[in-house]
Amino acid sequence: MLGLTPFMASIGAEILEMGAGAARARLPYGPKLVGDPDSGVVHGGAVTALLDQMGGAAVMAALDHPVPIVTLDLRIDYMKPATAGVDIMAEARCLKVTHEIAFVRGSAYQTDAADPVAICTATFMLMRGAQALRAPAKG
Amino acid sequence: MDVLTRALKDGASPDPQSLLAAIPYCRHLGIRAELRESGLVLVMPFADHLVGNVFLPALHGGVIGSLLETAAVAQVIWELRGPRLPRPVDITIDYLRSGRAVTSYARARIAKQGRRVVNVHAEVWQDDEAKPVAALRGHMLLPAAD
Repeated sequence: MLGLTPFMASIGAEILEMGAGAARARLPYGPKLVGDPDSGVVHGGAVTALLDQMGGAAVMAALDHPVPIVTLDLRIDYMKPATAGVDIMAEARCLKVTHEIAFVRGSAYQTDAADPVAICTATFMLMRGAQALRAPAKG
Repeated sequence: MDVLTRALKDGASPDPQSLLAAIPYCRHLGIRAELRESGLVLVMPFADHLVGNVFLPALHGGVIGSLLETAAVAQVIWELRGPRLPRPVDITIDYLRSGRAVTSYARARIAKQGRRVVNVHAEVWQDDEAKPVAALRGHMLLPAAD
């Protein structure tokens, strides 16, 4: 699951680390991410997408054997406006995996991990009965 | 934004399609707006770069979240004719069904309007509005007028 999904690739996200139930990525600032053309600030949806992806990556990194997962719900608190022109980092940690559910916390920040632009809580469902996940192409 | 400034000057609701066309991230997702009798509906045709799972294939959960959040913001601007973009404070997204490789639609409604904060609900559906793919609840802060 190291490969990037087509959407993550399309916005230029890069997975930096993945292992031991945690994942970290960088979203380099770019013009297509802008949600407010006056300020140049990144659209909240891009942060949502990055946190969803890192949450899923953290769950995959917590599993001994990969199974398909789907997001059940995702809550995001936007702690402060992002600064235009600055990359966004996102990290997520899988706190608990049961037979069917995985619980995740994550955050997105720019220069200081202790001063996040957004934090998230997400729950994923493990599709253990589903067909084994085939390895996606590395992106 | 010019779209908002002009609309405010005219005392009219801003044209939702001009608004979305002015937002680069919405152009990347291919989101456009339609004014129907039932209200404002956002339309996002399927495109290969919106995929999160290439095997199903299914839309990326973040794309669906982005469509929901855009619908919520657009609804608040359109209804309240705000001079500036409302700022999301928090959102909760429930994923109800897999987002298939077809056109998606989104609609939002203001559940409660306070003086500074608005509570918005939004839904995304594909073929059947009665079978939503995902739902959002969220709060947006209305920026004080200059």
